[in-house]
Order: sequence, then structure tokens, then C-alpha cells
Amino acid sequence: MARGSARRALASGVLLALSIAAGGAMAAPDGAAIVFHGIGTAPACASCHGAQGQGNPAIGAPPLAGDGSAYLREQLANFASGQRINPIMQPIAHALSPGQRDAAAQVFAGMPALAPHRVAPEGNPLGARLAERGRWSEHLPACTQCHGPDGVGVGTAFPHLAGLAAPYIASQLAAFRDGKRPPGPLGLMARVAHKLSPADVAAVSAYFAAAGGAGAPGKMP
Amino acid sequence: MTGTRRFAAALLAVALAAGPVIAAQPASFRPPPDSAIPAGPFGQAVRLGETIFRDTGRAVPQYVGNDLRCSNCHIDGGRLAGAAPLWAAWVAFPAYRGKTKAVNTFAERLQGCFRYSMNGTAPPLGSKTLIALEAYSAWLATGAPTRAHLAGRGYPRLPKAAQAPDYARGATVYGQHCALCHGPDGAGQRAGGRVVFPPLWGARSFNWGAGMGSIANAAAFVKANMPLGDGGSLSDQQAWDVAQFLDSHERPQDPRFSGSVQETRARYHNSPYSMYGRTVNGQVLGASAAK
Repeated sequence: MARGSARRALASGVLLALSIAAGGAMAAPDGAAIVFHGIGTAPACASCHGAQGQGNPAIGAPPLAGDGSAYLREQLANFASGQRINPIMQPIAHALSPGQRDAAAQVFAGMPALAPHRVAPEGNPLGARLAERGRWSEHLPACTQCHGPDGVGVGTAFPHLAGLAAPYIASQLAAFRDGKRPPGPLGLMARVAHKLSPADVAAVSAYFAAAGGAGAPGKMP
Repeated sequence: MTGTRRFAAALLAVALAAGPVIAAQPASFRPPPDSAIPAGPFGQAVRLGETIFRDTGRAVPQYVGNDLRCSNCHIDGGRLAGAAPLWAAWVAFPAYRGKTKAVNTFAERLQGCFRYSMNGTAPPLGSKTLIALEAYSAWLATGAPTRAHLAGRGYPRLPKAAQAPDYARGATVYGQHCALCHGPDGAGQRAGGRVVFPPLWGARSFNWGAGMGSIANAAAFVKANMPLGDGGSLSDQQAWDVAQFLDSHERPQDPRFSGSVQETRARYHNSPYSMYGRTVNGQVLGASAAK
């Protein structure tokens, strides 16, 4: 009995020493390497999301530059667990360790975000109203009350909306509504999405798409 | 009596019989949509009032001493029932107020907001700022009966919870439901050069003289309106506890400060709902408040 526990103690001591050695030898995940070169089966994030994190609307890859690290980390975790459904991102996130996901998130969080610009409300009054005022008869806050002026994004948890492609915004609102994406902190976004009609979704998606790019049309598609 | 009228009368009778049930959902006053703001000088004053109300610190920085805006506590630009709507306040003044021990006009009531809630300077009576805010309020109350207590006025009074409000439980509620937006330190969050989530305590929040410094008032506001867009989701107990927590932090000094915290407490904060002058975490609240 005594000898067994001594052997176990020895074994665990050896294991501890090994793990310390391994930990010392293993550097923290290199976020830049993951983002720009990929790792294992995960391709470089930048190959779709852009070297400046500017995204690629042609393939539905949203810009990530300047988004909060907590938000990005959570989305990667959601993809990895299958709670957020996306055939491209799920296997990629699954291939990354939590530390690697965190490191990649930090890289995008550190990139400068594009400054949004004000969209003239005349071309899209419904979108402007929902974005700037909300619809309090249904206790629906304005998008900008959490996502910041013109959808610039706020802190680590509220991502930017300005410059996201309209089809991407619309697809995410549908995913929130249909439970194909976790409801967001405090369940905020599922509640919001359930209060939006298809016309609301189209208008608000066009509004924030227009808030991002210079020369982007402010009118409804 | 036509058939339709008879049917309507029958419906009315049913509605009257079912009084208490109907009364639970009172048809509250509805302010006009902003598309109805008239053209001309009055409409211009209304629009200016709304701009000041929604973006106070940028519109009238000379009167604002913190990071709040009127519409933080009066949600939807002062339209929302249960969030101290302007239309209900407008028809209630002039009125006697215990706080000032005088009959105050609506304009004087607005001055109080600037002095305490905005931790700033009261705009003079007759100033463009107060006239614009009065015009906006009066316009929102278009068609409302005057001197009436309209349903939706103020914040719905919150019944006492089973347990006395508790700081430690409030801190837990805060961490779970509030800190995401208002920050773990209560300082709020900014983005794009603007305040997005208002600070709830500290140097950039309302001062000790503000109505929201009353735990009962803060609890009522929180219960009805927080988290934003999800009012009513916290239990009464959670609302009381988190209000106790919020109002147990240091904030700018009460402008009526006499030089002595205990004397100021005795004169203006002699209520179980005020933590001013009480000791929390070894600090006497109000003693190190910025003036």
C-alpha cells in the first residue's frame, strides 16, 4: 500500500516534470502564424478574411479587423462546438486548440477597424430608424445603442456592423432567430432577431452595409 | 340601436365586468410620431429639444458635467411608458415637490435634472435650451389631458422584496446582467468618440443629489427597463439588490453639500433608500466625492 502510493507519487512527479519541460519548450500559440499561414489542417484565416482583416464579401467572409477579442474568441468556440453552424468555419475552428483560437482572435482584434460613416436616412428610412432609434413599441432597442455610433462596435463583446455585407447581416439575423447561432450574451440577439420582420432585416442590413464603405450606396438594394 | 351598436354595448358591459383584467393593460397615452412635428418655428424648437434630449453633452456641453444624456433614463427619447416619459411629466406640472419644498414649474424641474442627474449647471429659465426642452415635452403631450396622472408616468413603483436589499447579492446580479455593457467598474463604455453605455457610478455619472441615487427609484427603473430591451426580466429581489449595489458606490458630490457629509445626509438624504453618508467597504460615501 505504502509502496504503491510512493510509486504513484514518483510517477506523478515524473509526469509533472515532463509537462513542465514540455510547457517550457512549447511557446504560446503564434497568432500571426495562424492568421497568415494557417496551422495543421486550418488554412490561413487571412486567405478569406483578408490580410488587413477586411473580409471578402464575394465569398461571404466578414471583415474581422478591430472586433473585440472576447467576441471573436466566443464565435470560434461556437463554431468548434457546432453551436454556430457554418460549413467552412466549423472544421477550421475545430482544428484549432482554445489557445490557438484565442491567439488568432487577438490578432484580428488588434487590427485597425475601418471607420464607419454616417448613412443619410433619406434613402432607407426604415433601416435608419431601426439602427438609430429602434422600435420601442416592441421594446426593440436601436442597433447603435449596443453596437455604437454608425455600428462601429463597442468594447470586447459588441462587434462592428458597419461594412458587413448585407447578405451576411441578414443571414446572421436569421441564424439568431432560428437558433443556428447562440443567442449572444444575455440572449440579446435572439430577442432582437425575433422582433424583426423580413422587411426590417433587409432594411437594417442595407443600412449597416452602407455605413462601411466609401461610396457604398445608402439605398435599399 | 343597430346590431353593431348593441354588440358594442355588450362588449362594453363585458369589459366593465372584467374591469380588473382590462385595467392590468391600461391603454396608455401615445405621443405623436416624429413625422408629425410641424414645420415652422415651433417645430424647430421641438426638434432642437429632441436633439438636446438625445445627445445632451454634445448639444449643450455648457450645462452638462458628466457622460449621461437625458435619454439614458427617459428611454426612447422620453416616449416610453414606464421610463419616466416626458408627456406624463409635462401634464403634471406645476406641482409641489418634496425635494424643493416648493411649487415648481416644469422648467424648474428640468433645471433639477441638469443640476443633479447631469451633474452640471442649470440652464437659466427662459434660455433657448429650456424652451426647446419644454417645446419637445409639450409636443409629445399633444392631446393629453392636463393635470392628470397618466398611466406610464415615472417608473412603476416596485413592491418591497422578500429580503432587504443586499450589496453582495447585488454585486452578483450586476456581474451577471449589467457588467457586459456598463463595465465591471460601472464606468460605462465609449466607442467612436461617443458614450454608448452610460456610467452608473464614479466621476462621470449622476451626482449624489440625483433621483437615481434613491435605491427605490433605481430599483424601479432597473426592474422596468433593464437590461435594455428586456425590462421585467429581473426579479423584484434582483432589482432591489442591484440598485443597492449601484447606489453604494462613490459619485460626484451633492451640489447642496453643506461641508459636512453627516449634516448633508440629515438634511437631504435622511432616508433608508439613500446610502449617502453610510459606510460601505470602509469608505463613508460622499466623503471623497468629487465636487
